[in-house]
Amino acid sequence: MLKLPIYLDNNATTAVDPRVLETMLPYFTQHFGNAASRNHPFGWEAEEAVDYGREQVAKLIGCDPKEIIFTSGATEADNLALKGVFEMYASKGNHIITATTEHKAVLDACKHIEKLGGEVTYLDVKEDGLLDLAQLEAAIKPTTIMIAIMYANNEIGVIQPVKEISAIAKKHGVLFFTDGTQAVGKIPVDVIKDGIDLMAFSAHKMYGPKGVGALYVRRKGPRVKVTAQMDGGGHERGMRSGTLNVPGIVGFGKACEICRVEMEETTKRIIILRDKLENALSQIDESYVNGNIEARLPHVSNISFKFVEGEGLMMGFNKNIAVSSGSACTSASLEPSYVLKALGLGDDLAHSSLRFGLSRFTTEEEIDYTINAVKETVLKLRDMSPLWEMHKEGIDLNSVEWAHH
Amino acid sequence: MAYSDKVIDHYSNPKNVGTLDKGSKSVGTGLVGAPECGDVMRLQIEVDDATGIIKDAKFKTFGCGSAIASSSLATEWLKGRTVEEAAKIDNMDIVEELSLPPVKIHCSVLAEDAIRAAINDYRAKNGLEEMVFEEKRVH
Repeated sequence: MLKLPIYLDNNATTAVDPRVLETMLPYFTQHFGNAASRNHPFGWEAEEAVDYGREQVAKLIGCDPKEIIFTSGATEADNLALKGVFEMYASKGNHIITATTEHKAVLDACKHIEKLGGEVTYLDVKEDGLLDLAQLEAAIKPTTIMIAIMYANNEIGVIQPVKEISAIAKKHGVLFFTDGTQAVGKIPVDVIKDGIDLMAFSAHKMYGPKGVGALYVRRKGPRVKVTAQMDGGGHERGMRSGTLNVPGIVGFGKACEICRVEMEETTKRIIILRDKLENALSQIDESYVNGNIEARLPHVSNISFKFVEGEGLMMGFNKNIAVSSGSACTSASLEPSYVLKALGLGDDLAHSSLRFGLSRFTTEEEIDYTINAVKETVLKLRDMSPLWEMHKEGIDLNSVEWAHH
Repeated sequence: MAYSDKVIDHYSNPKNVGTLDKGSKSVGTGLVGAPECGDVMRLQIEVDDATGIIKDAKFKTFGCGSAIASSSLATEWLKGRTVEEAAKIDNMDIVEELSLPPVKIHCSVLAEDAIRAAINDYRAKNGLEEMVFEEKRVH
């Protein structure tokens, strides 16, 4: 039986897997100790649980457990990586290279660094969302300390050529930091093979709880250090103070374990559903899939339906289907998605976009329902759209002098 | 953000969607907004030349639910009014009727602009002087 509403906004957050929740529960009431309490069994139990969680997290990304610094989430990990490296490597240089399509946690941390006297280069991406590697290499200068490029994009799911990027970083002796929030748990990520020096990621994007994330900080070849951004008890090898979120870490660990074991199977299934959705919706006249469709996360599809506006479109079915849109109307800023604009999409197409994010819980029935609902609403709204009518009459919308209000 | 029942109703059952003959002398057309801003409204009125009463009104809107609802409501209000009465429709009346939140006030302004543009188009076609309206800029 189809159960409504359908959740297809899994790039925003995922449901906690019941197996994850079950593992976490005893750590709220029975084993509630502080992992830093060294002198009684409550503390020991908590520490043991954290150690186990840390091992599971480390195993998913192929690193040593000691290289995992737990944080409150990916935003904190992004901030710690950028600001922490900027501070720690001040004597080496002050230049960081990033891209315009990064998450706000990275872009805003970079803005902060600029205020502190740092220099940041924001690289444009190509039309398909991928970075131009020659441009990246050309941007490196003697003062460059780090390249910060996300593993996969949260809006379009495009996966950057991480191995190539890290090779460039290594060649020039600069660190490579990646925001792996959307990628870890969804596709194989191996910090050794990928040549990553620092990586931020989060539990709640991979069926774990909200409020817990991690920063991977490489310990060997090179040994990377970040300056702590919060003062306190010196937890997490002095890089992140604060009492550890024991149930969160336990859940994070379990979530990582499930992803590691089931990733291949889940991916196979999700890709079939995503492609079914995308192929069906692409048949609608004047619809465009945004971003590179080859180098892309298996569970994401971002589509623009020209001549209808994203929020208006979502309103047609958002009681029953949860997706998100690059339309300005859904944001506080009244600006359409900066990621889609960075691909060179006109504002009109950015306004007309929907992002579908599938999960391991998505069913074929849900996809079938979504296909019909979206198609129906697009057609209904086009009948109501003056732009569609003008397009049908052969009027070039770019030649119209619009009354900007 | 939750929509008011009236917005949902106009969105689900929009009134007066369609196109009038823009070449006709008794039809005034207002096309306002811009695709890159995320909303474009086209509002048309058909005026009875003898009485000056708006006998039909149609709209087509590219935009969010509130923009669609604002234009649908506007067409409802226009029908049966004289052009002079129509010119007095204020965007805040639309805001009130639809319970639009502050971030959606620009949708009502757009509807008001569309009404006024349609009126002036009609007047220009009929050799009448354009009405001068106070400029409103709400975002």
